Amino acid sequence: MNNLYTYLLMLGDNSMILGHRLSQLCGHGPNLETDIALTNISLDLYGQVRSYFQYAAKVSGNPANTEDSIAFLRYERQYLNGLLVEQPNTDFAFVILRQALFDIYHLYLLEALESSKDTQIAAIATKSIKEVKYHQRFSSSWVKRLGDGTEISHQKAQYALDTLHPYSFDLLNENAIEADMKEQGIGADLHIIKEKYQDTLKDLMVTSTLTLPDNTFAHKGGKEGVHSEHMGFILSDLQYMQRAYPNMQW
Amino acid sequence: MKDNIQALNDIFQARIDNGESIEPKDWMPEKYRKTHIRQISQHAHSEIVGMLPEGNWISRAPSLRRKVALLAKVQDEAGHGLYLYSAAETLGISRDELFDQLHTGKAKYSSIFNYPTVSWADMGAVGWLVDGAAIINQVMLTRTSFGPYARAMVKICKEESFHQRQGFEIMLTLTNGTEVQKQMAQDSLNRWWWPSLMMFGPPDAESTHTEQSMKWKIKRKTNDELRQQFIDITAPQAEFLGLTIPDPDLKWNEETKHYDFGAIDWDEFWQVVKGFGPCNKERIDARVKAWDEGAWVRDAAVAYGEKKIQKSKVA
Ligand SMILES: [Fe+2]
Ligand SMILES: [Fe+2]
Repeated sequence: MNNLYTYLLMLGDNSMILGHRLSQLCGHGPNLETDIALTNISLDLYGQVRSYFQYAAKVSGNPANTEDSIAFLRYERQYLNGLLVEQPNTDFAFVILRQALFDIYHLYLLEALESSKDTQIAAIATKSIKEVKYHQRFSSSWVKRLGDGTEISHQKAQYALDTLHPYSFDLLNENAIEADMKEQGIGADLHIIKEKYQDTLKDLMVTSTLTLPDNTFAHKGGKEGVHSEHMGFILSDLQYMQRAYPNMQW
Repeated sequence: MKDNIQALNDIFQARIDNGESIEPKDWMPEKYRKTHIRQISQHAHSEIVGMLPEGNWISRAPSLRRKVALLAKVQDEAGHGLYLYSAAETLGISRDELFDQLHTGKAKYSSIFNYPTVSWADMGAVGWLVDGAAIINQVMLTRTSFGPYARAMVKICKEESFHQRQGFEIMLTLTNGTEVQKQMAQDSLNRWWWPSLMMFGPPDAESTHTEQSMKWKIKRKTNDELRQQFIDITAPQAEFLGLTIPDPDLKWNEETKHYDFGAIDWDEFWQVVKGFGPCNKERIDARVKAWDEGAWVRDAAVAYGEKKIQKSKVA
């Protein structure tokens, strides 16, 4: 497999698995307005997934590949999303903190990818930035509401932050594929992104009256295809139709 | 006093007869207000409860294209709920009260959503038949007398016809597919056909509201007329799909220029209306759960908003 293909999977899988998590909330939000907003984010992410995977199908070198075969027909170890996005919808605080951590990373990543030498990736980034700016506004405004809202919401937000924070490093620590893509001028430099990420996150936590955990312990493995126990259940849902009724048009 | 009200009533009815639209601030008979709160909120509840049976298949949609389309559709229904709750609120009731009526079972919603979606083909059948039946009811409402309701309906109808075409297209893909897909489509039609016919409500002979509703233009055709219209439109579509409508008595009548059809099982209808359909409890439980679990979130938003106002006063 070529590195560009693998890199596209990493990009697309993050959007897909987070989009999947958000789509599970459709119809179950705390009120209609947030329900609609979270579904919107899910829709944007799935739009990005389609762009990445259509392109990945082209560069894969296998003419049988399509956006759907890539999305639905890999084994668990072949999905390369970060661990953060597969974390469950434990409660609204988890949904919001997971989103906020991802959005900060995502926006800096896309800003870097806008100047990718790969024009296709650059075009996808340019289109996605508009959407992700809105996602980040939404999630960070809710982090503030929860952090600086009531005592209960503060506790729940702090607990979600403490739980999720160790999963976020997985996205930010460069692996061999990302290093190669960066050197070729195709991928982003995660060292720069990590610094910006940490500054922005710190600011958000201060205004939200939340405390970043001192502990910088980091879970890792998602980008190498080693996932949490949640992932198998996500995939059995996601792949159900394609596995139960193989080789059909829908 | 009594004469005064009678006079106001007469003027009010004359405005409606004239085709004028009634706006929230206008004088209206109390019964008109109550009927509209009931009908519009019932309609709003149907939109949001209706998100659940289709939401059930979002995570399992068979392709990215279908997934995005289904997500967008269910989101549209949330938007419909939002317009309609807003229209009901103009009549002087709060959204919290309306939700409370839904959660306690005081308010009804369309019974069709108490049936389970058990296969992907149900995403096709629901769009084709349920959105299709909804359109027939709702097109009539775009010219109803209460302005906010009529305007909401214009917006909603456009999206519903898109949903209906999308559902039909899912069915068409299945019926053009493999044998197992064709069976999936037929099975789905078998299960959704009769409940869809029941969406138009009880037969005219047993319908209590029809006469008053006609006067207020909430209704322009009777339940039975609308049902017949739906069957006349849908039967040829089923034929085009190569599917068999599960009614041995269904056949074209050259004399009446309508389809004849078999007897509807009204016992089943009333059973579901009274709360004993396959999913009544799940649907309400899901709504109550989302609302209750969201309470601390809504409280946080209010508290945060108040703190901001306090801070801006101090500053
Ligand atoms: Fe709708
Ligand atoms: Fe619809």
